[in-house]
Amino acid sequence: MNNLIKGKKHKWEAVIGLEVHAQVKSKSKLFSSSSTKFGSIPNSQVSLVDAAMPGMLPVINEYCIKQAIKTGLGLNAKINKFSVFDRKNYFYADLPQGYQISQYLNPIIGNGSIFIDLNEEKTKEIRITRLHLEQDAGKSLHDQNPEKTYVDLNRSGIALMEIVSEPDMRSPEEAALFIQKLRSILMYLNTCDGNMQEGSLRADVNISIRKPGDKLGTRCEIKNLNSIKFIKQAINFEITRQIDIVEKGGVITQNTLLFDTDSGITRPMRNKEEAHDYRYFPDPDLLPLRLDDKFINEIKKEIPELPDERKKRYINDLNLSNYDSTILISNKNVSDYFDEVLINHKDLKKSAKIVVNWISSELFSILKKNNLNIINSPISPNNLGHLIKLILSETISGKIAKEIFEEMFISKTSPDKIIKDKGLKQMNNDNDLEEIIDKILKSNSDKVKEYKNGKTKLLGFFVGQVMKESKGRANPKKINQLLNKQLN
Amino acid sequence: MEISSIHNSIDLIKEKKISILELNQYFISKIKKNKNLNAFIHFDEENIYQQIKSLENSKTNNRLYGMPIAIKDLFCTRNMPTTAGSKILSKFNPPYESFVTNQLINQGSILIGKTNLDEFAMGSSTTTSFFGNTINPKSNNISLVPGGSSGGSAAAVSANLCLGATGTDTGGSIRQPASFCGVIGIKPTYGLCSRWGIIAFASSLDQAGIFANNVKDTAILIKEIAGYDKNDSTSVNIKIPDYYKNLNKDLNGKTIGIPIEYKIPGISDEINNMWEKAIKVFEKGGAKIKEISLPHTKYALPVYYIIAPAEASSNLARYDGVRYGFRSKNDSSLDEMYELTRSEGFGKEVKRRILIGTYVLSAGYYEAYYIKAQKVRNLISKDFKNAFEQCDFIVTPSTPSSAFPIGEKEDDPISMYINDIFTVPASLAGIPGISIPFGKTKDNLPLGLQILSNHFTEQTILDAAYYLESIHE
Repeated sequence: MNNLIKGKKHKWEAVIGLEVHAQVKSKSKLFSSSSTKFGSIPNSQVSLVDAAMPGMLPVINEYCIKQAIKTGLGLNAKINKFSVFDRKNYFYADLPQGYQISQYLNPIIGNGSIFIDLNEEKTKEIRITRLHLEQDAGKSLHDQNPEKTYVDLNRSGIALMEIVSEPDMRSPEEAALFIQKLRSILMYLNTCDGNMQEGSLRADVNISIRKPGDKLGTRCEIKNLNSIKFIKQAINFEITRQIDIVEKGGVITQNTLLFDTDSGITRPMRNKEEAHDYRYFPDPDLLPLRLDDKFINEIKKEIPELPDERKKRYINDLNLSNYDSTILISNKNVSDYFDEVLINHKDLKKSAKIVVNWISSELFSILKKNNLNIINSPISPNNLGHLIKLILSETISGKIAKEIFEEMFISKTSPDKIIKDKGLKQMNNDNDLEEIIDKILKSNSDKVKEYKNGKTKLLGFFVGQVMKESKGRANPKKINQLLNKQLN
Repeated sequence: MEISSIHNSIDLIKEKKISILELNQYFISKIKKNKNLNAFIHFDEENIYQQIKSLENSKTNNRLYGMPIAIKDLFCTRNMPTTAGSKILSKFNPPYESFVTNQLINQGSILIGKTNLDEFAMGSSTTTSFFGNTINPKSNNISLVPGGSSGGSAAAVSANLCLGATGTDTGGSIRQPASFCGVIGIKPTYGLCSRWGIIAFASSLDQAGIFANNVKDTAILIKEIAGYDKNDSTSVNIKIPDYYKNLNKDLNGKTIGIPIEYKIPGISDEINNMWEKAIKVFEKGGAKIKEISLPHTKYALPVYYIIAPAEASSNLARYDGVRYGFRSKNDSSLDEMYELTRSEGFGKEVKRRILIGTYVLSAGYYEAYYIKAQKVRNLISKDFKNAFEQCDFIVTPSTPSSAFPIGEKEDDPISMYINDIFTVPASLAGIPGISIPFGKTKDNLPLGLQILSNHFTEQTILDAAYYLESIHE
C-alpha cells in the first residue's frame, strides 16, 4: 500500500467517495421548456413551473431522461426500468416549490464503474453506486444590496445528474483522476459540457481516515468543490485535520464542511440544530418512470467511442505509446482533432506519432499563446495533415514547415497555397542545388582547403551556408549528399 | 320565467328567444339579490359584460355559447383574482388560465364569478374560508353550511345564481356539498380532467368536476371540461364520449352493488331510509341488486387523512412570501419571513393539515404512516376492482347526515372529517362518483345519493342518475 499517510504516531489510510453534480446538457430544463443558457439576464429564463406558480405542474423532459440513460450506459451501469421522482422538502428563498424534485429510493441508474489509470501499467476500478436526476435550485444573490438578498431563478429547474461513487479512492490523486475520467466520459457522451468554472460539474467529497485494515471511520463531507485543484487541496487539508484530531485523542464528528479557497481550510457549514429532515416522498404530480428495452436500445446505438476504447485503438491500431494516447484522449476535443487528421489523411496512420507530436507541441503551444481552444483552431485538421505530409515527402524542410505552420495559423489557408505564394517549396533538384554549392565552395576556397586537410567539422558550415543561400528551402539531406560528393 | 337549465337555455338562445346578454343579466340580478349567501368571493359585473361583448363580437357558436358558469376559486383565471379562499393568496392575479376554465371559455361560457370554498379546499363546510362562510340556500330558520370544500359553487347552483359551476373533489368536496345543497355534483375519474392551473391541495386525489341542476346539464358540462392535457402528467389520453347524447335510462341487465360496509351504526334512519328507497327504485327499473363487500372501507378515512395532508404539506410549501401572495411585513430574517408569512397567511385548518402532513412524512414516522397508508390505499382500490367484477355501479348515501348549522363541529375536527366517510373511498381509488338529490329530511333538507362506477365509466353513473331523476320527477 503506497497510499498510506504518516501521522505523528501511526500510518493512516484515507477513504474517499465522491458525489458529483453534473448539469445535463440540454436546451431546456428538467420539467419545463425554459432555456438553460448560462449567463443570461437574471430571471429571463423562468417559466411558470420554474417559479412554482400556484397550480403549475412539472412534465418530464424526455431528452434529459435520454441523457441520463446515455450516461448510465457510458458508466457501464444498470439502467433501472422503473424509477421514481421524489420530493425533497426544505425551505430556501431560491427553492420556489419548497421542495426539490429528485430521485431517492428508485434512481434511474444503478451500479456501474469506471477505470482510472494510476500509472502506465496500473488501472483501478472505481465503483459507481448510482446516478439520479434532480432539479437544480435558483441562486441567491447576497452581494447586490447591503440589506437585501435577490433571487435569480434562471438555474431553477435545470436538470442535474447526481453521480455517487463508492468510497473506493485512497488519495487526493485518485479522487482527481476519478473526476477527470468521469468528466472526460461525460464530455465524450455529450451529456454534460464538463465546464467546472461555470459550475456544470461540481463535487461533494466524503472523507474518513482509518488505520489500514480497520473498519471505516466517521466521515466528513466537503460540499460544492468546483475545480480539480480545490478537490485535491481540500482532501489534503481534511486528511491532515482528521489525523491530527485522532492522534491527539479526539474523535471525528460527522459534519458538512465548506472549503475556503482563499485560506485553503475546511469549515463546518451548518450546525446540528439545522439538520434537515427532507421528508422524501414520491412526487404525486409525476407518474413513476417506466422504460422499455426498445427505448434503451435506441440510446445504446448513440453511444460514441469512449475514452477507454479510443485509447485501446490508439495503442493497438496506431502503435501509439500509452503516454501519447493518454494525452490525446484526456481531452475529447484534442482526440477528435487527431482523429480528424487521420480521417482526412488515411496514409498518415503509419505516421501517427508524428501527428501527435505536431499536435502536442506546435499546435498546443500556438493555441495556448493565443488563448484558443482546439475546437476553434485556425489550422484545420485537414491542413495540418497536409503540412505533415509535405514534410514526410520532403517537399519542405522541418524548419520551413514551422514557418508555414505559423502562416497557416494567421491566414487559415492551406500549406500548399502558402508555399505557392511564397515560393517556399523545398529545393530537391540536384542541378539547382549543385549551382548553389558551387557558388558557396568557390567563395570559401580557403575553408575548402582546410576541410580537405582534415578539418571535416566544416561540413556543417557548408551546409549552413547553402541553406542560407537557398533561404532555407534546400533539402538538407540532399545538400549533405552533394557536398560529400564534391568535397571527397 | 325561471331559467335553470343549460340544455333549455342553449335552445332559447338558438331560437333567439333570449339574447346572451339577457340570459346573463337574469343571473347577475339574482346574484346581487342573494349577496347574503356569500356564495361568491369575486363577482365583477363589468367583467361579465366585457366577456359578453367579446363573445358577441367573436361570432362563434360553440356549445356553451353565453352560458353563465361559476368557477370555484381554486381554478386559476387570467381575468379574475384567484384566492383559494386564503389570506395568503388574497390579492393573487394569475397570469394564466387553468385548463378547465380555458375549455369552458373556448366553448363560449361566461365565467360569472369565483365561488367561495374552504381555504385551499380543506374542509367540509366552507367555514374555513378567509372570505367568510357561505350559507346553504336550503337553510330554514338557522343558517346551515353548504358543505365543502366547494360550498360556494354548490350554493350558487342551488340558489340558481348560475347555470352550472365547477368544483374540485379531493375527498368529497363536490359530492358532499352537492348533497347538502340539493344539486347534482360529479367527480369524474382521476385523470379525466387536467389539474393544470388548479391550485393543488392533494395532487394524487384532486380532481375537477361539475355542479348542475339536472343530469343533462351535468353530462354536457363534464364533457367540455374533460380531456387530455400534455401539461398534466397524470392526465389520461382517452376519447371523451358525448355523455349527453348517450344518456340512457334503461337499467335492464344492470347489476347494482350495495356495499355492506357502508351500513355504519349511528347513521340516522333518514339516511338509511333514503338509501333503501333508492335501491327499491332502481330495482323497479329492472336492475338486479347485489350485496357486495368493500372490506377495507373502515380504513379509508384514516388513510385519506394521512395521504392528503402529507401531499398538502408539500404542495403548500411554495406559499413562502418570496414570489407572490401575502408576505408579512414584520420579518427580520429569512426564517422569520417564512414563519410570520405562513402563520399570518394560513388559517387554522390549513395549519392543522400542514402539521399532520409534515408529521407523517417525518423520518421515523414515514414508514408507519405514509407507506402504510399507501399500501392500504392499494387495497381499497382492489376492493373496488373486485366489486366492479360483480356489479355495474355502486349505490350509497353521499353523506352521513344532512347539512348542519354553521358553527357546529368547528371545535371537533374528527366529527367534521366524518362527513367524508362515504365519499373518501372512491377518491382514494380514483373512480368516478356522482351525488344526486334524492329525498328529504323531515325538516325538508335535501339528501343525496352517491353512485360510483369503474374508472372512466362516467356514462354509467350519469345513466343511473338520469334514470333516478326521471323517476323522481
